[in-house]
Formats: sequence, structure tokens, C-alpha cells
Amino acid sequence: MANDHDHTEPPSDIALRVKALESLLIEKGLVDSAALDEIIEIYENKVGPRNGAHLVVKAWSDRGFKQKLMEDASSAAASLGYLGRQGEHLRVVENTPELHNLVVCTLCSCYPWTVLGLPPAWYKSAPYRARAVSRPRSVLEEFGTDLAKDVSIRVWDSTSEMRYLVLPLQPKGTEGWSEENLLKLVTRNSMIGVELAKTPDQIQSMKQGID
Amino acid sequence: MQGGHDLGGKQGLGLINPEPEPIEPVFHYDWERRVFALTLATGMLGEWNIDQSRFARERQHPAAYLNNSYYENWYEGTCRLLLENKLISKNELESGRAEGAVSLSLRVPSKKDAIKILSSGGPTRMDVGTQPKFNIGDSVYVRKKFTDGHTRVPAYVQGCIGEIVMHHGGHVFPDTNVTGNRKGEHLYSVRFGEDSLWGSNEDKNELYIDLWEPYLELK
Repeated sequence: MANDHDHTEPPSDIALRVKALESLLIEKGLVDSAALDEIIEIYENKVGPRNGAHLVVKAWSDRGFKQKLMEDASSAAASLGYLGRQGEHLRVVENTPELHNLVVCTLCSCYPWTVLGLPPAWYKSAPYRARAVSRPRSVLEEFGTDLAKDVSIRVWDSTSEMRYLVLPLQPKGTEGWSEENLLKLVTRNSMIGVELAKTPDQIQSMKQGID
Repeated sequence: MQGGHDLGGKQGLGLINPEPEPIEPVFHYDWERRVFALTLATGMLGEWNIDQSRFARERQHPAAYLNNSYYENWYEGTCRLLLENKLISKNELESGRAEGAVSLSLRVPSKKDAIKILSSGGPTRMDVGTQPKFNIGDSVYVRKKFTDGHTRVPAYVQGCIGEIVMHHGGHVFPDTNVTGNRKGEHLYSVRFGEDSLWGSNEDKNELYIDLWEPYLELK
């Protein structure tokens, strides 16, 4: 419902109210324009899912780093420069051939900002928050993810300040790939757990689609 | 409180209809950017904490909460906090113009301050002063919590039986932090089988959820 609303309603009324609030707060000296612009700049252009993908490919290719990441994800992420708000207590959960992890926040929109940036609209939508805990397999199907019947799903509801990042399974046939090539396989959605990492075939057909 | 925000397991909300990842922008409208920044920047004034700001969004009528888009709910919450903390008046909000003097006791974060605040974050680990009551493997019952205040124990796990799988140490307890009483309580990751929550176990799926010690009792 909220999701549809995002895309179909003309924003005129709320846009005007937000403009009025901003000019009021500036007139009262309660916010600083340059600070507002910088906050937007950070979360629109600097912090994003490439950070998380970097952690994932390093974990895939470096056993020592993976161990550090699984033991203390906040420190491992900080060692690559990814630290700050909404990543203070980070935990990485690993997919295996038998177990698939899925992250949700049923009460609001908790999400590991330092490694994934701001959450997509669907993650904050009522249907996702409602159904991820009660019908996770149908949620995955809606994202085109068909897990084998014998793979069980572990759903993480982020009710505290712990933040969860999924370590997707490394696709078969990509062992020994460079970090740069591995990065192409790791999507934001695979680190939330609604999808799997891309296979080499999928990357190939995407390329052909573009050519 | 079990308001419109407490969505786990709610039915009839339709499909998710996710926008494809490669084409989804961070913000869909410019006003969303501004609400996001205004919410973070006013939060940096230090007049309220994260639980108070969540509680401000949760106290809307459930129909309004569900009907609003995500950032409209942020706008509503931020306005409520500004009004309740008397940083703005209702008249000012309606007119968009300041009336009267402004309190100068607040430190308004500059661009440099904002960068520093965002990159240092706000850890919630906190000493409790007592040993954890539960051990890994313990079976626990989630107490019923029908409160008008703020809580982080969702309705769908209340009354259910789970198993302690991890101890995260002490963390700031939201239920008291919302009233300004910042204290630590032991935080656990608790596992629930699908049958315990939804009465079916076709899938053998499980839920892991973080719950504070006062929400739980030994089964």
C-alpha cells in the first residue's frame, strides 16, 4: 500500500508542506542548510550497497577476512572504512546450501546503512514487513527467487540496534575470480536475502541484452 | 503499543511489487530528500533519542500510518517531535513563518558536525550490572505486553515460546529510553519455529529476533 503510494500519488501537497517546514526551521536557526545538503550527499552518493558487496567478495576470496567478518562484522567493516550511523552493531549471517537468510524490520525500517545505504522503498513497505516473517517463501518467489524445497529459510527481524547483512553463497564456477569481477555478482537484494548472487550465466545474458 | 507500525504477520496488504534494483533511485521525489535530511538534522539537536523518534511515528492513527508513504510518516514524526519539544508552534507549522524569539541554548550542527556525527554513529551497547538470566539453549516464553508506550517486542511473537540462541550483551532498553531513562538490559537473539508462531510447519523455516530480557521468562 505504502509502496504504491510512493509511485502513483502526485506529491504536491506534501512537497509544499515539507518546503514550508524547511524554511521555518532555517528561519528559526534550528537547522543549517549546508548540513542538510551534506546529509543528502552522503546517503545519496557516498554510502551504498557497493560497501556491502566489497565485504562479500573479500569474504569469498579471503578466508582470514571471512573469519574476522563472521566474528566481528562491525570491526571488519570498519577496517575497510565502512562505519557510522546504523552500522554500530553489525552482524553478518551466512547462506549455506541448506539454509537461506532473509532480513526484515517488521516494526520500522532498520537496515545496515553503513554497508547498504538507505533501504529501498519495498523494504519499508507494509506488505514486505508483514509477510517476510509469516510467508518468507512466497516473498522470495515474488522476487523471482525459487529456493529448492529442502532449503530452509531463517528470517531475521531487526527489532534491536543489531544490523544484519546476508553473506550470499558464492556462485559455482567463480572461484579464483578477481574482486572486480566478483563485485558484478553481488546485488543489494542478495545481501538483504530476497535474491541469490548472480551466476556467471546471468551476467553473460545481461551483457548480451545490453549489446 | 500495537499501532499501525506493528506489521509482522498482518494479512491482506497485497503484493510487494518491488521496483527493479538497477533502476530504483535512492529518493523518488525531492521532498523525500529534504524530509530525510530535516529528520536527521533535527535529531542531531539532541532533544530526543531514536526511540522517541520511532514512537513519534508510531503514535499516528493506524489508517494514516498505513496510508502514508514512508517519508510522509517521517514528516509526521518530525513535526510531532518539534511541536512536543516546543521548538516550533502549531501556528508556525501552518504558516511556515517564525513567530517570536528562538531559544539559543541549542547547538545547531554545522556541515562538519553532521559529518562527524554520522561517521561516528551512536553505539547502544551498555553495561547492565547483572549477569544474564538466560543461557544459550534455554526455552523462553515471550510475555504479553499491552502498553500505550513504546516497545520493541512485536505482537506476533508475544505469548510464543522460543529458544535463546545468542546473547548480544547489554543494550539500551527502548521501553525506558523512550521516557528518557537510558539504561541497559541484556539482549538476546531468540529463535522461533514456524509452528510456534503460525501454527504450521510445512516449510521448517525459522525466525530469529532480538528481544530484551524483560520481555522474556524461562519456560
